[in-house]
Amino acid sequence: MSNNSMPKKNPLSFQLDLSKWEKASAAEKEQQIVERESVTFFKDGMRRLWKNKVAITCAFLLIFIIVAVIVIPMVYPYTYSQQLGVAQKGQVPDSSYNGLKPMEYGATEQARIAAGEKIFPHLLGTDDLGRDYFIRVVYGTRISLSVGLFASIIVLIIGTLYGSISGYFGGKIDLIMMRIVDIIYSLPDMLMVILFSVVFQQTLAPLIEGTFFEKLGTGMISIFLVFALLYWVSMARLIRGQILSIKQQEFILTAKALGAKPARIIRKHLLPNCISVMVISTALQIPNAIFTESFLSFLGLGVSIPMPSLGSLASENLSYIYSDVYRLLVPALTICVIVLSLNLFGDGLRDAFDPKQKK
Amino acid sequence: MSENKYLLEVCDLKQHFNIPTGLFGSKKLKAVDGVSFAIKEGETLGLVGESGCGKTTVGRSILHLYEPTAGEVYYDGQLIKGKKAVNEMRKKVQMVFQDPYSSLDPRMTVADIVGEPLDIHKLCKTKAERDARIAELLKIVGLNSEHATRYAHEFSGGQRQRIGIARALAVNPKCIICDEPVSALDVSIQAQIINMFEELQEKLGLTYLFIAHDLLVVKHISDRIAVMYLGHIVEMGPANEIYNHPTHPYSISLLSAVPIPDPDYAKNHKRIVLEGDVPSPLNMPSGCPFRTRCPRATEQCAQEMPPLAEVAPDHVCACWNL
Ligand SMILES: Nc1ncnc2c1ncn2[C@@H]1O[C@H](COP(=O)(O)OP(=O)(O)O)[C@@H](O)[C@H]1O
Ligand code: SF4
Ligand SMILES: [Mg+2]
Repeated sequence: MSNNSMPKKNPLSFQLDLSKWEKASAAEKEQQIVERESVTFFKDGMRRLWKNKVAITCAFLLIFIIVAVIVIPMVYPYTYSQQLGVAQKGQVPDSSYNGLKPMEYGATEQARIAAGEKIFPHLLGTDDLGRDYFIRVVYGTRISLSVGLFASIIVLIIGTLYGSISGYFGGKIDLIMMRIVDIIYSLPDMLMVILFSVVFQQTLAPLIEGTFFEKLGTGMISIFLVFALLYWVSMARLIRGQILSIKQQEFILTAKALGAKPARIIRKHLLPNCISVMVISTALQIPNAIFTESFLSFLGLGVSIPMPSLGSLASENLSYIYSDVYRLLVPALTICVIVLSLNLFGDGLRDAFDPKQKK
Repeated sequence: MSENKYLLEVCDLKQHFNIPTGLFGSKKLKAVDGVSFAIKEGETLGLVGESGCGKTTVGRSILHLYEPTAGEVYYDGQLIKGKKAVNEMRKKVQMVFQDPYSSLDPRMTVADIVGEPLDIHKLCKTKAERDARIAELLKIVGLNSEHATRYAHEFSGGQRQRIGIARALAVNPKCIICDEPVSALDVSIQAQIINMFEELQEKLGLTYLFIAHDLLVVKHISDRIAVMYLGHIVEMGPANEIYNHPTHPYSISLLSAVPIPDPDYAKNHKRIVLEGDVPSPLNMPSGCPFRTRCPRATEQCAQEMPPLAEVAPDHVCACWNL
C-alpha cells in the first residue's frame, strides 16, 4: 500500500510500518460491524432441541403414532366394536370368528375367499367376541393419547391458575393455598384415584344421562375429574415457585411503577416468563396421565365397554399370557413406547428451553 | 418555571418492614425513618449515602411501590392518597432503576418495553401512532428505531439503561426518580448517561431525584444534595455548600473518601476513615443514628436524636456538636 503522506520505510529497518496505522476508511469500518441476527428465545430453544437427537427421534415417533391413530380407523374396513361373527342384527354369532390368530379368517370369509373375493386380513386376529384386534389396539391408543392430552390440559389450567394466584399475591393467601396443596399432596394418590373412580362411576351415571357426556362414559369422566381434583398440585407448586422467583425481578416493580394492574402483570410479565416451564411440565404430565388411565382401565375402572383403551386391552388379554402372548404384548408395548417417547421428548424440551432446570 | 413552586414534597416519610424472626415473631426494620424534603420544579436533588441506608426505599415509597408506613407525599401540592391519586401520579413521576439487566423483561422486544406505559395509560390510539412514538422515544435516548424489534438481552448495559430511560419518558413525566442509574455501568459509559440526563432535563424541563452512592456523580448533576444515613437525612443543602463545606461528621468523612484529582491539594488532605460498620437497621442505635461511628459523639448523642437545624441559608444539618 503506497501512500504519499506516509514516510517510506527501509525494508530492513525495525521501524514500525506506519501504513498499518492508517485510519480505516468508511468501507473498512462498515465491514467491522458484524450484525448478528436477532435471535428470539424460541428460535434459540428450537435450535438446541434440534441438536438433541434422542428427543427429535421420539418426537417423530410420536407424530407417526398420532397420525396413524387418526388415519387408520378412517381407512380400515372393520370398526372397533363390530363383532365380525354377527352378519345381521339379532343373529346368533358365528363362533368361528372368535379368537382368531393373526391373519386367519372366519368361516364365511374363507368361503368368500374360495369364491375368489379379496378380503382384508385381520392383522392381529380377533378377540374373544370376534372383534378385529388390530383396530381395537389402534383405537385404544387413540383413547389413551387423548385422555393423556386432555387430562394434562386440565392439570395445566387448574395448576397455572392456582399457582399464579398463590405466587403473585403471596403472604397469607399463599400460605393458606399452599397448605391446601400440601394436604392434597399428602393423600395416597393411587388409593384416592381408585376411590374417586368408584364413587364417580356410581354417582355420575344418572347425572349425565342423555347428554354428550354419556357417550364418553362415566369411566372417562371420572378419570378427568380425578385429574382435575388431585393431579394439579405439583403443577401448581411448580408455577408458584416460578412466579415467586420472577416476582423478585425488578421488571415487575417497573411495571408496577408504570401503573400496571395485577392482571396485566400476570398476563404480560409473569406467565410469558413461565411458559417454558408450563409447556415442559405438561409434556411430562401426559405420560403420567396415560399411565394412570391405563392403570385404572386395567383395574376395570377406566373407559367403559365397548370402548377400548390400552390398559383395558392389556387387562382383558392377561389370561392369554401363556397361549397368545402377543395379545398382551401389543397394548403393553404400545404404552411403553408412548410413555417413554413422551418422557424423553419432555426431557429434551426442558433441556432446550429451560437449561437452568437441567438435572 | 416558577422559582418557588415545589413539585414533589415528602413529609416525614417512614417505611418499616416486618422481618419475620423464627416461626411467629417479627421485627421492625426501619429502612426509612422520618425523611422530609422538597424538590422544586426543574431542580435536581441528589440523594447520597452508603449502600443499605434506605435510598432505594425512599424512591420506591414515593411512588407507593411500597405502601409508606407513615408520612405524606405531595405532588404539585396534591396529597397522594388512595389508588386513583397514586395512579395519576405514576403518569407524572417515573423511575429509572439501578439494574439495567433485571429491570427489562427478557421476553419482550424493545418496542414492547418502551411501549408498555403507552399501552397501560392508553396514550396512543392507533398502532401507527404508537410505533411513531416509540421511534421518537428511542431517538431521544440515542438509540436507533431499528433496535425496536430486538430483545433486551442483545444490548449492552449502557444501551439497556437507555431503553429504561426511554420507557420512563414515554408518559411525558415531569419528574424522574433515578435510582443509581449509572452505578451498574462501566465508568466510560457513566459519563455518557449522566450527560444524557442533563440534556434531557434541559430539553424536557424535568425534575430529578437523583440517587447515588458516589458523591462526585451527584455533585456534578445536582443543584442540592441530601446525605442519608441509616434511614435519616443527616444533612441537606446546595450542592456546592455540601461539597466544599460539609458540616455533619458523616458528610465530612464521606467527602474525605472522594479521590481528589489535584495531588498538591490531596497531600494536605486528611482522609477520615470511619471505624466499624453501619449498624443493622434492625438494631438502630438510640439517639443519633451515627453515634456508633462518630468521632465527636458525646453523652447527649446517645440520649436524643438531633433535629435538622439550619447552619447556613438553605443548609440544614442534624448534629449536636457542630
Ligand atoms: N422489601 C423489603 N423488605 C425488607 N427489607 C427491605 C426491603 N427493601 C429494602 N429492605 C431493607 O431496607 C434497608 C435499605 O435498603 P435500600 O433502600 O435498598 O438501601 P440503598 O438503596 O440505600 O442501598 C436495607 O437494610 C434492606 O435490607
Ligand atoms: S449528633 Fe453526636 S453522634 Fe450524631 S453526628 Fe453529631 S456528634 Fe456525631
Ligand atoms: Mg439501592
